[in-house]
Amino acid sequence: MPRLVLEHLTKRFGTQAAVYDVTLDVRDGELMCLLGPSGCGKTTTLRMIGGFTAPDSGDIQIDGRSVAAVPPERRPTAMVFQRYNLWPHMTVEQNVSFGLRIRRIARPEIERKVQEVLALVGLPQASRKFPHQLSGGEQQRVAVARALILEPQILLLDEPFSNLDARLRVRMREEVKQLQRAIGITTVFVTHDQEEALTIADRIAVMHQGVLQQVDTPTALYAYPRTLFVADFIGTMNLIAARTHAEPGGASLTAGPWNLAVPDRTWPDGSDATIAVRPEDLFVAPDGVVVEVRRVVNLGHYLQVLLQCPEVGELRMFTEKGAALSEGQRVHVRFARALAFHGSDLAEIGGPMRPTVASPADRR
Amino acid sequence: MTRAPWFWAVGALRRVVGIGALLALAAFILGPLATLLVWAFAGTWLFPNLVPDFSLKWWVYVLSNADVGKSIRMSFLSAPTATLISAVICIPAAYAFARLEFPGRRVLLLSFLSANAFPKIGLYVSIATLFYRLDLMDTFAGVVLIQIVNTLLFMIWIPTGTFRGINVNLEEAARDAGAGPLRTFFQITLPIALPGLIVAALFAFIAAFDEAQGSLIVGTPNHITMPVMMYALVLGYPQPVGAVFSVLLSLPSVILLLLAQRYLRAGYLAAGYSL
Repeated sequence: MPRLVLEHLTKRFGTQAAVYDVTLDVRDGELMCLLGPSGCGKTTTLRMIGGFTAPDSGDIQIDGRSVAAVPPERRPTAMVFQRYNLWPHMTVEQNVSFGLRIRRIARPEIERKVQEVLALVGLPQASRKFPHQLSGGEQQRVAVARALILEPQILLLDEPFSNLDARLRVRMREEVKQLQRAIGITTVFVTHDQEEALTIADRIAVMHQGVLQQVDTPTALYAYPRTLFVADFIGTMNLIAARTHAEPGGASLTAGPWNLAVPDRTWPDGSDATIAVRPEDLFVAPDGVVVEVRRVVNLGHYLQVLLQCPEVGELRMFTEKGAALSEGQRVHVRFARALAFHGSDLAEIGGPMRPTVASPADRR
Repeated sequence: MTRAPWFWAVGALRRVVGIGALLALAAFILGPLATLLVWAFAGTWLFPNLVPDFSLKWWVYVLSNADVGKSIRMSFLSAPTATLISAVICIPAAYAFARLEFPGRRVLLLSFLSANAFPKIGLYVSIATLFYRLDLMDTFAGVVLIQIVNTLLFMIWIPTGTFRGINVNLEEAARDAGAGPLRTFFQITLPIALPGLIVAALFAFIAAFDEAQGSLIVGTPNHITMPVMMYALVLGYPQPVGAVFSVLLSLPSVILLLLAQRYLRAGYLAAGYSL
């Protein structure tokens, strides 16, 4: 049974739907990322789970029980906010123990738990300090400790590291991932940073303009984006406008010099489609289409090559760093694999993915 | 942008001009206060003497006057009462202004300025006719009510700005940890807002303590506060009496300002005056 269920969740601000008809299951012990550009409704969704925003329609269930009408103080959730997490007039210990003191737990028990949870987040010495005496990263750790000490069913994290510098952000998300694995807590993590999502999430829910686009594992999301938005948003993707042609036993697509067969699809003649190709799925082949090399950028362990293709425009190709390509040179390239989007229909063209030359997180 | 005058370029001259301006300002502000102090401790101060002879006789005279004692008691009872009642009424209202979006919020917030926007004497006369019918003339309650009118602006605007400056996340985090709305207000919001509220209470107290016009109309003849007493003293007694009483009148404000100066940071004051 899933831990957390969102059913047809909708929230409007004015006439604008911030979240529209979102249905999502989060499994026990899973780390689910809500990913999307700013204003996509991911934070609103999280706030509805936490009880800070009331949904207009739809239901939220935790362990099979609806919590839609339950105020935040009685929900089995704990939230770590993006900023302004800690109460400035309380010490770290007072901040962390606040929830337990409300529950009238015995003093020695509270002290033991505070020490335990502060050790867990790596700040065993900080209990007597005030928030302003801590660095940003330490403050967020205390915020995580304050959430964990409540032993919530579900941990909610709202872009908790977006105010930290890049290095610390990477370290903190590794720590959170390890912590989450270690205690096996069901977690919903909101971020606009796909690198963050791809590295820590068990599954990612991509949102765009309030609508849930796709829920999948990072690998599946990268290899099989199901909407054009996801294809464009996750990783780097060449999007090429194409036209359809009805053929016996299928369809074909033309885009400038490219001509691709799409078997098993009966698409009307002359309609618009989009071909999506990962840069690592472009490769140099003698029987390919002629393109001109515009720029070669050495990104360390691979090359990023900008190609100019007649009638199509710029294409991006990732290739091994040993490749002998120079600017101005004409080369023949082919697709190893592509996706074709036609309305809401999607077809895969070509074989399995070539071995990637770079981890997806590097491409942004 | 206008060009700085030529002498501005000369460093030394700029310093001299700066220091001169500062001294002029200090003289302008502190000069009258210094004169007041000199008068308060002067026995007699007649023409050719630059410095008067020192004497405490006017202090003895003022402090042994029964009416003066009564007015001091009246002021020190009524002003704190007015401040306290004002705080109890206004702080929850300020919280609502800061946190809730309701129709007419801006207009209501501005309406608290209205008591200070018009000549008060007209307002007091109409309040007086109302108080006659309610039997509040020449009562302690009447004086307190008049003083409250003068505190409203400070007690609404400064706390509204203060509450507004407190991030909602801090309150939500408390709700999340299991605190109900009331506990969240008293254990999280109120302590964080305290410096701003102290500043508001300070200004409110001074406004209530300093109120003279309305108290004069509503409180005479038996409920005279110190500022009202001042009229009588200035009009009917030698000059040092007024000076002594002025010093007495400004003591509470000065003491309170000194006590609260660590809260008197620009942020809290500016926070109060944004809609």
